[in-house]
Amino acid sequence: MADKILTSLDPKSQAAARGWSDLTIRNAFIIPTVAFLIIFNIFPLLYSLGYSFTDFRASTSAPANWVGLQNYRELLADDFIWRNFTITAKYVIISVTGQVFVGFGLAMLLNRDIPFKGLITTLLLLPMMLSMAVVGLFWKLLYDPSFGIINYALGLGKFEWLADPDMALYAIAITDIWMWSPFVMLLSLAGLSAVPKHLYEAAEIDRAGTFYTFFRITLPLVLPILMIAIIFRTMEAFKTFDLAYIMASQPTTELISIRLYKMAFLEWQTGKSSAFAYIVLVMVVAITNIYVKYLNKVKER
Amino acid sequence: MAAVQTSSEKLVNRFAIAAVFFALIVMLAPIYWIVSTSVKPRNLATTVPPTIAFEPTVAPYVKTFVRRSQLRGPVPDEEYAAAPWWEQLVLDGGEKVVKTRGGAVRSSGFGPRFKNSLIVATVSTFFAVAMGTLTAYGFSRFRVAGKDDWLFFILSTRMLPPVVVAIPMFLMYRVVGLNDTHLGLIILYTAFNLSFSVWIMKGFIDEIPREYEEAALVDGYTRMQAFFKIVLPEAMTGIAATAVFCFITAWNEYAFALIMTNRNAQTAPPFIPSQIGSGLPDWTVIAASTTMFLIPVAIFTFLLRNHLLRGMSFGAIRK
Repeated sequence: MADKILTSLDPKSQAAARGWSDLTIRNAFIIPTVAFLIIFNIFPLLYSLGYSFTDFRASTSAPANWVGLQNYRELLADDFIWRNFTITAKYVIISVTGQVFVGFGLAMLLNRDIPFKGLITTLLLLPMMLSMAVVGLFWKLLYDPSFGIINYALGLGKFEWLADPDMALYAIAITDIWMWSPFVMLLSLAGLSAVPKHLYEAAEIDRAGTFYTFFRITLPLVLPILMIAIIFRTMEAFKTFDLAYIMASQPTTELISIRLYKMAFLEWQTGKSSAFAYIVLVMVVAITNIYVKYLNKVKER
Repeated sequence: MAAVQTSSEKLVNRFAIAAVFFALIVMLAPIYWIVSTSVKPRNLATTVPPTIAFEPTVAPYVKTFVRRSQLRGPVPDEEYAAAPWWEQLVLDGGEKVVKTRGGAVRSSGFGPRFKNSLIVATVSTFFAVAMGTLTAYGFSRFRVAGKDDWLFFILSTRMLPPVVVAIPMFLMYRVVGLNDTHLGLIILYTAFNLSFSVWIMKGFIDEIPREYEEAALVDGYTRMQAFFKIVLPEAMTGIAATAVFCFITAWNEYAFALIMTNRNAQTAPPFIPSQIGSGLPDWTVIAASTTMFLIPVAIFTFLLRNHLLRGMSFGAIRK
């Protein structure tokens, strides 16, 4: 009954007799938001789609010339761009794997009676709420080879973290792991606390080993939520800009977003960078699709 | 679990508690270090080995806000004595406060950036939450053709990499003169947070029983009255949590601010790293500005602690 009144958009409905009709209210509530997003997100993308077929440079007043698919052909044939993709893939794998192990590990440790558990959990979550740009900046101080606290604490002497081209990407990934493991921990904890206790009791009665209990009970039940964390972090790591841009400026740490930023706003190759942006966009939309499918799946449970 | 713990279980528990405390120390050490650097005298900030015990000073906080220059010679005693305490702190560090000819203290630029951050984050949060709440209500209570597709579209706008959106936005803003303005940044942040706000508010509104509104309608309320007098008060906790999330996101944002602003409307995140400049950076000043920038976020994280899970999963997981 209630459902019928509230969802019907019948202009003669009970509520519509007074004041605005439900149809008007629905449209007035939804259309501005959708319009806003179309104007400020979709329209700009169409705008840059046009530019992606030109040799436009925003730094000059020269008119844009139509070049067809040349930008796309050049980009896909460019070895340097492929290197940016390889670097990004490596970065995503290292940082997401690290976050899953550290985050899930922390969640396993926390999933028991611990004094001040609420306070500890909140404190552990602090890093992920901070600004990536500012975190990158102060980790530079921590990583400093001569006076940095990390080398001192680990007894590494003058170890170069960010100046060494081979090490820099790992150093950035470690910072990302520090920052985002709490996110994986938070979601894993939710998954772990939802595992019914009687399953563990049954396993105990059956004298199942710790190993067996973990792989046959804990992991399968936590996996859907863990997958949300993994896909979300993959997407975010793929887009990383702030952290890497601030921490190091080596060719070995040039992630896709950084390459794109340089191409668009330092080299001012507006047309070509628009084409590049589109290639990146297609990849992000693909990951987003998977992500939303999982979100809905978990929601339905 | 079994009521009686075996001795091996006790051992495992003890080990876990020790490990948790160790992890806590490791996770918080970087934050502790930046905060402690912000109250160090400059000469102790970059010592080898690092200085852990020292007498704290507020000099870095004073230096963050004022423009300074290197002292060329000793300061006459009477001039030192005449200076206010905070100027003396700067003089103690071998620098002097730069003043205009009229004697007014020159700003380092941090104060205005901090203010810009506050303005942009607050206004964009207001619009994102207001529009998001209305839209969430629309999707929660009314029949919408292709509802899931619209919601997916709304969410997908948030997933766009900032640099991808920034290229056309920069060109469009140049045409209409919105580059380096508060309004330009507010629009971008509102758009960015709007999708989040719709998703999370829909979850909160879904939880409010429809019977409340039905009863109000029967009592002679119009639908709008029912929304403002019944639904909004019920959704207040959710609105507050959403607002705090939106504020933190806008407050922390870097890429758009870097690309779209340079002086007039620049926010703190692009400014703080630019203090490194060339030569030897004064890490105490960077630490002080960083600490001031992080304090609001730390406070908000505590206020949000019960909603973090929900917020970070776009409302998919509720406790």
